Amino acid sequence: MLKFDHVSKIYKGGKRAVDDLNLEIAKGEFICFIGPSGCGKTTTMKMINRLIEPTNGSIYINGENIMEKDPVQLRRKIGYVIQQIGLFPHMTIQENISLVLKLLKWPEEKRHARARELLTLVDMTPDYLEKYPHELSGGQQQRIGVLRALAADQPLILMDEPFGALDPITRDSLQEEFKKLQKKLDKTIVFVTHDMDEAIKLADRIVIMRDGQLVQCDSPDEILRNPANEFVEEFIGKDRLLQARPNIQTVEQIMNPKPITITGERTLSEAIQLMKQQRVDTLLVVDEAGVLQGFIDVEIIDQKRKKENLVKDVVETTIFTVEKDTLVRDTVRKILKRGMKYVPVVDQRHHLVGIVTRASLVDIVYDSIWGEDEVTNIG
Amino acid sequence: MDTVLQFFSTNGDEMLYKTWEHLYISLIAAILGILIAVPLGIALTRFPKGAGFVMGVLGVIQTFPSFAILAFFIPLLGVGKTPAIIALFFYSVLPILRNTYTGVSGIQKSLIESGRGMGMTGWERIRYVEVPLAIPVIMAGIRLSIVYLIGWATLASFIGGGGLGDYIFSGLNLYQPEFIIAGAVPVTVLALLTDLLLGKVEGWVTPKGMKKMREAA
Ligand SMILES: Nc1ncnc2c1ncn2[C@@H]1O[C@H](COP(=O)(O)OP(=O)(O)OP(=O)(O)O)[C@@H](O)[C@H]1O
Repeated sequence: MLKFDHVSKIYKGGKRAVDDLNLEIAKGEFICFIGPSGCGKTTTMKMINRLIEPTNGSIYINGENIMEKDPVQLRRKIGYVIQQIGLFPHMTIQENISLVLKLLKWPEEKRHARARELLTLVDMTPDYLEKYPHELSGGQQQRIGVLRALAADQPLILMDEPFGALDPITRDSLQEEFKKLQKKLDKTIVFVTHDMDEAIKLADRIVIMRDGQLVQCDSPDEILRNPANEFVEEFIGKDRLLQARPNIQTVEQIMNPKPITITGERTLSEAIQLMKQQRVDTLLVVDEAGVLQGFIDVEIIDQKRKKENLVKDVVETTIFTVEKDTLVRDTVRKILKRGMKYVPVVDQRHHLVGIVTRASLVDIVYDSIWGEDEVTNIG
Repeated sequence: MDTVLQFFSTNGDEMLYKTWEHLYISLIAAILGILIAVPLGIALTRFPKGAGFVMGVLGVIQTFPSFAILAFFIPLLGVGKTPAIIALFFYSVLPILRNTYTGVSGIQKSLIESGRGMGMTGWERIRYVEVPLAIPVIMAGIRLSIVYLIGWATLASFIGGGGLGDYIFSGLNLYQPEFIIAGAVPVTVLALLTDLLLGKVEGWVTPKGMKKMREAA
């Protein structure tokens, strides 16, 4: 749907920011542009909505040359999200979200309804509609920034480091939310970032640029497995290459398939016994069918032993899990980022099938460093 | 005190009329100033290189003694209200222009880029983004300029423009202090009241979201 045909941009003063770029992007694709500072990724993106005019070459959207279109009309059909968010402080959230619709001369009522509908996409309640941007947190503001770009149901959305200014935890959750949203709405996304983790997590294809030229354009897996040259390798970084080892792809392959479990009907003294025997400080609680209910640990038992007797009375049900076909590298990142000691692995119906502990991760790292081909799980 | 009261009883109606005339001259000049200076100020933000020059030239004109400007208009436009208004208009332009320019060019670049990126025309950008965001600063310029004009409008009398200046000049010529007071006091009161009123207007036109933001900050 989007095509760069020998596109170059030479700024006044002779700086060649983009040099003979050729690229085709399919409908519904999520493309990340990445590269060191000054490589021309922002320039490339801004040429798509003509905030910057190319010096040479042409850009086509659905076969139409954008240079032959009115820039104002063109931009109204392309969503645009920037790092500084850029919500208008004098407008309510409702007005901010539906501003494009106002430009498109939608009647007031339809604009209102649309803003309301959009807000539900990011799980925000309608009372936010009448608030002003400064009353929202940074993460909420950027959610609104994203909604604004979706308001007119634009098929193509440009995003310039949209999550770059957010704190790591907010960034993480916005990335996840946004990826889901993109799949659901089937948008074509052009996303500029300098964060390789972000690109790997979000992109269908990553475009790596250097000095205005395209160095490699492939899926994250392909780039991790076969970096085109030393520059790409360096840019990705050693640890990510290790994580991408093909023989340890999914969590299922590296997990410990025999987690220590207990059912809710057992007593707390039995639980303590089991912990002692197995030398663990946490037990995963399952029902008869093997569905994960939660966990108990020494601390919980210690606090509640006086009052309660059965495991099911004290079980902690908020527990973070991964599905068994999740990619290892995503899990590694989560474990490390959230500082968790272990993650239970479940199947689609929430049956407990295994556990990934920090120890099993250590195995992977040792294994990659000392180059054994067979991965041995700890029993 | 007696003389003042006596003055009022014989000249009260005339004084009201002169006050109205005074206000009229100042306001018409100010409105003309707003009509020219606000659009010009916005236009100048599109040419930041030319802006410094235009502002400089206007700054120099501003330093000309007001008498000189008034006298300068007599051969061109004769005497009366019109030349007085035109001369005052020149004075009103600079504060409004300067504030419009600073107000609009002080808006965060990211907001302008958001507007452009979502497909606003130049006019829509002015209407939805630049004017609402700069309005507190623009209003401050307008307020300043009108208060000055009310003071300067005293000089309109000098070229037959009327207004409260008539009293002050007659008083000076005839050595009658009550006339001077009858001119100077209403001018001062007028200026103070206008300042107060425009201060309120400044509050009304500031968009709600920005007021809340300031309170929060
Ligand atoms: N208006 C301009 N005039 C001249 N040179 C420019 C202009 N804008 C960008 N450049 C230069 O063009 C090159 C590419 O800029 P661009 O902003 O596309 O880089 P980038 O990869 O997005 O970098 P960053 O991540 O730092 O934003 C840089 O060397 C930059 O200095």
